[in-house]
Amino acid sequence: MADAQTLKQLVLGRKDVQDLSDTEQDLPPDLMTVNMGPSHPAMHGTVRIVLTVDGEKIVKGDVQPGYLHRCFEKESEHATYTQVFPYTDRLNYVSPMINNCGWAMVAEKLMGLTGKLPRRAEYVRVIVSEMSRITDHLTCVGASAMELGAFTPFLYLLKCREWLYELLEKVSGARLTHSYVRIGGVSKDLPEGFGPELTACLDKIASVMVECETLLNNNKIFRDRMAGIGAISKEDAIKTGCVGPIARSAGVDYDVRRDYPYSIYPELEFDVPLGTTGDCYDRYLVRLEELKQCIRILRQCLVQIPDGPVMSDDHRVALPAKQATYNTIESMIRHFKHIMDGVRVPAGETYAFLEGGNGELGFFVVSDGTGRPYKAYVRSPSFVHLSTAEMLFKNHFIADVVPIFGMINMIGGECDK
Amino acid sequence: MSKKVLDALTAAHPGAVVRTASPHGDDTAWIKRDELVKVATFLRDDPNMLFDAPVFCTCIDWLDWKPVGRPVAEHWDESKPRFTVAYQLRSTKHKHRIRLEIELPEADPRCPSLADMWPAFNWQERETFDMYGIRFEGHPDLRRIFLYEEFVGYPLRKDYPKEKRQPLVRRDDLPINPIKAPHAGEHK
Repeated sequence: MADAQTLKQLVLGRKDVQDLSDTEQDLPPDLMTVNMGPSHPAMHGTVRIVLTVDGEKIVKGDVQPGYLHRCFEKESEHATYTQVFPYTDRLNYVSPMINNCGWAMVAEKLMGLTGKLPRRAEYVRVIVSEMSRITDHLTCVGASAMELGAFTPFLYLLKCREWLYELLEKVSGARLTHSYVRIGGVSKDLPEGFGPELTACLDKIASVMVECETLLNNNKIFRDRMAGIGAISKEDAIKTGCVGPIARSAGVDYDVRRDYPYSIYPELEFDVPLGTTGDCYDRYLVRLEELKQCIRILRQCLVQIPDGPVMSDDHRVALPAKQATYNTIESMIRHFKHIMDGVRVPAGETYAFLEGGNGELGFFVVSDGTGRPYKAYVRSPSFVHLSTAEMLFKNHFIADVVPIFGMINMIGGECDK
Repeated sequence: MSKKVLDALTAAHPGAVVRTASPHGDDTAWIKRDELVKVATFLRDDPNMLFDAPVFCTCIDWLDWKPVGRPVAEHWDESKPRFTVAYQLRSTKHKHRIRLEIELPEADPRCPSLADMWPAFNWQERETFDMYGIRFEGHPDLRRIFLYEEFVGYPLRKDYPKEKRQPLVRRDDLPINPIKAPHAGEHK
């Protein structure tokens, strides 16, 4: 290895390269530290990775999240249960509806409302959740493909996402931060003509999926950079807490929708795709298959969805009818208390979870009987998955950080809380 | 099925389990701090338990605990442990879940680390340390994770005011102590 003096000579040009011995001409074999992020074009999300590299090979990768920390838990402890919905929109901001449902579920579990919601409300929740799952997977696959140089699939997939966002905007009034779900149901019914529009949208998405598969599945560059990269074994995936598509790509047969059924999932038919190798390419394939399963679930929902109310009539969670609010003092008071004090959730602690875009998304809430949670904690899958990143990076090249990170699908809002 | 886990755990480690309950169907066992690693090893390795997958680790600060409609005796006072660390585990094979809760006194918030047994707890314990200041003994790398090294205090503790600002970079154009939010402190 060249000592400091020789290096200095090299840099200052005091010694010609040909005068150096063979060993001195080699690059210094010391480990080098490279900073990736927090703002790096090839990393979606703000996260800093301090890589220790041996040449191009990663020896250690210290992942440092927290750049998007917005004090979700502290803010939630000072807001009413209903006021927390807008915060949950900003957790996993590519699938906000699922977070909304998760938060509603934890409050309903504490109030004993689980399974007592109107059937239509459950169906509406599943429909919007599955639409959100599609947008989540589309973003993950599209962005990862773009980072590997395939720009066309990115544009195609984001166009699909936009169709769904437009539909969700019609449903909730907001394109991205929906705040649509309420404790006890959803805030309003689906708009008129929603069913046919969604069917048409799903048909278009299905055809775009075929195009994207043709563009990516056997694309040599894409496969070379994905296959065998960032593999995780089944045992490691379980004990590192991996869930969702990442665990399933490693062969862990676990899906909350099937294993701990909630809402109306037991009545729907869908398959849980599993991978074998646990590498990036399998994660990609699992996500693609899940997209198709989401479309399948949505088509079933559209056929089965019953008519009826979309909000529970339990007076603890439902606002009085507008007509009554404006005409009777009792309803006016109830309306005021409901908004100002919040939905009063009985004292207790519980953990409710559902299948989010990235796997098991759960909320742990301690209630003291007031309208504001005493403690709110979100079990964010992105945070757990990001903690495995260091293990996945090891012995790969710097260039492999991009597909590994893309396929972990770390969503800053959810990871950093 | 669910009660079975708690019964088997109490039978195997009668000295370690303080009490058990299943609030809202979530099996919960309160464990003595010094016995946690022993209990966790049992839960992971026993063929009837096989809690192989970690779910989450967090902490509850009971400082402001005044549940509505409950007698004052249930409110928090200085004789009661201030913190509770909660670990949730899941079994891939048996599909059951358990929550372990460890009560820690205010003066001595130390808890044995489970990061070596379930690597997922490595970051989650760091997060709990970052937010609540719980010291996990035996943790390989107990650093702050979301906040920066220079941060003073533990923001999710109930005595840390929500409006408090600790800017890392001083900005003369921003007020250090903004106007108190109208609903601040109303929770109490």
